[in-house]
Amino acid sequence: MLLSGNEAVALAARHCGVALGTGYPGTPSTEILESFGALGGKAQWAPNEKVAAEVALGAAFAGARVICTMKHVGLNVAADVLFTMAYSGVDGGYVLIVADDPGMASSQNEQDSRRYAEAAAVPMFEPSDSQDAYDLMGAAMETSVRWKIPVLFRMTTRVCHSKSPVRPKFPLGAPLPPGVASAGVPEFVRNIATHVMVPGYAKPAHRRLRAKLDEIQLWNDAEGPNRVERRSGTLGVITAGISYHHVREAAPDASILKLGMSHPMPLKALADFAASVERCVVIEENDPWLAAGCLAAKLAVEAKDDSVYRFGELDVDRVRRILAGDNRPEAVPPRGRPPELCSGCPHRSSFEVLKELDCIVAGDIGCYTLAALPPIAAMDMMIDMGAAIGMGLGLRHVLPPEQARRVVSVIGDSTFLHGGLPGLVEMAYNPPSTGHVLLILDNGTTAMTGQQDHPGTGRRLDGTATYRVSYEDMARAAGVQRVFAVNPVRGKAKLKELLAESLGRNELTVIVARSPCILAAGSILAFEKEKMASTACQPENPAQT
Amino acid sequence: MNATAKSTLNIRFAGLGGTGVIRASDIFADVAFRTGHTVKKAEVHGMSQRGGSVQSDVRFGEEVNSPMIPGGSCDFLVVLEPTQVELVRGGLKPGGVLLTPAEIPARRLPSAKALNVALLGRLSRHFDFPEAVWSESLRAHFPAKLHAANGAAFELGKNS
Repeated sequence: MLLSGNEAVALAARHCGVALGTGYPGTPSTEILESFGALGGKAQWAPNEKVAAEVALGAAFAGARVICTMKHVGLNVAADVLFTMAYSGVDGGYVLIVADDPGMASSQNEQDSRRYAEAAAVPMFEPSDSQDAYDLMGAAMETSVRWKIPVLFRMTTRVCHSKSPVRPKFPLGAPLPPGVASAGVPEFVRNIATHVMVPGYAKPAHRRLRAKLDEIQLWNDAEGPNRVERRSGTLGVITAGISYHHVREAAPDASILKLGMSHPMPLKALADFAASVERCVVIEENDPWLAAGCLAAKLAVEAKDDSVYRFGELDVDRVRRILAGDNRPEAVPPRGRPPELCSGCPHRSSFEVLKELDCIVAGDIGCYTLAALPPIAAMDMMIDMGAAIGMGLGLRHVLPPEQARRVVSVIGDSTFLHGGLPGLVEMAYNPPSTGHVLLILDNGTTAMTGQQDHPGTGRRLDGTATYRVSYEDMARAAGVQRVFAVNPVRGKAKLKELLAESLGRNELTVIVARSPCILAAGSILAFEKEKMASTACQPENPAQT
Repeated sequence: MNATAKSTLNIRFAGLGGTGVIRASDIFADVAFRTGHTVKKAEVHGMSQRGGSVQSDVRFGEEVNSPMIPGGSCDFLVVLEPTQVELVRGGLKPGGVLLTPAEIPARRLPSAKALNVALLGRLSRHFDFPEAVWSESLRAHFPAKLHAANGAAFELGKNS
């Protein structure tokens, strides 16, 4: 069958007995959990990656096999869990799937997750296409179960979203064999010394972790999922991930060492390969991580020129140039039309108001970040999930009052629940002398990644109804007195009036601008109707002011 | 050119987000796969691409390596949005085939949204994929209520 890398890894997770999949949406990783759920797996969105990683860890402590999915920057949020669960290890199996975005097709940076594997001291697998994703997912889970260690599974945009043929172990849709379905039957076994990482227990845990890694390295060298394709004796290439396919096409005669497990590095296999060819080149996207590992081991390899090739994703043409030693600056490809907010998008109205009032906008991550681009150009800063609130408060604290009173923090609904809640509490705890205004753009969905549900939509990943949190109640509970909800489209004049008034007061204000994403509106309405009919309950959200 | 070509064939679909680029490439890749070829398909997508330039590459043959088409080597370039033609034209190899909305009599389309299927019909003339495989794949990619309109759009393109 023809599957995307995301679909293939989800299918593999089903086929290796994964009991729970959790994560937070983020391009290009989002479809993994959606596919896992569609294939019959138990899949759920968490409010953010840290919580997802913790939910998965609890399940893995109970002996279950789990996957946890996120994009690269999500791993920053979950890093706190990662570094210490490497010490504790797991009782079942734990594969954390992280999707990097070389070239930043849909991300705020192009950080390289391989450094997390090294820094946290956990194994890392790197598939190159859909079949590889399917096969390596199985190997990653086996590694995790065998050594009781969480494993990182690094995908990249092109591996996640490219489709290629896959031959699965079991036919699609067929019931799983009993041994697979019952892999890791959960049971609580008390083991305080391995599950409580206080210094007294963490010190031996660190030594255990390093000993595991040493063993895994020997295994990776001897029988890891790495492959030598022996062709020319003059040129050899060490590579992993999508780059393997670019290399195979750019240099059909080259010998290749393709790594499936890049951490801990199989140093002996690398040394043998490098010594077997006249010229050995390391081809990798982003950071010179593999090359640095080889050079540190004193292997005779060449790295790409990072003044040119560290930036953006690789392709066949770039690999040809790297192999030819062509490090001239590259031609800038023609720029296409940038994406824009849909016509009729409620964010348009909100940002028109912000622009009309000449607000200083501390923004956040979501479709509405597009409002930073011309012609709207009404967002002044955007860094990471939830940062709108903290950055807005910082501006308010130091700017002269007449400027401070123009500052608004603007954040979307899903992003608010992901990373904005501590910022809300900070706002009430350390209020600036000019007060502050937080505008929550509630369009009823995680729109940018393709309309995923979250705790504010009242719907779970599988579409079933669940408790819906109220932003208004949260704001009041945090200590904000002035809390309003407005429809930014139908009530645009009202939003402007309210915002203008709030900016001038030295008080804290939260305004929820509530109007559904136009792409999701139909689905939201149908869900509301069905829910009203089945429960005959009152609407949960307070009447709009 | 025919569907049993031994070397890799490169087909790029281009347009703006929301115009059916991804769907068209999905269907084409599916048809090539159903007829026994090794197929790879690559694009960058995400809802944030809505309204922005979008490209999707399909490569098929006996053996395909990179899922992305190297520069200037598209055998076929199917552009769904007239404003995008100049942007992507450079991807075509010498002698490659460019298909644009100008190929399709727009007023005879069952709906403007069916342009992608009509262009697939137009593209189908260059391959010997069986008619039945095309219609099977089209049905698999759309809800039942669109099957008749898509059948008509495909025929329109094929005969344009």
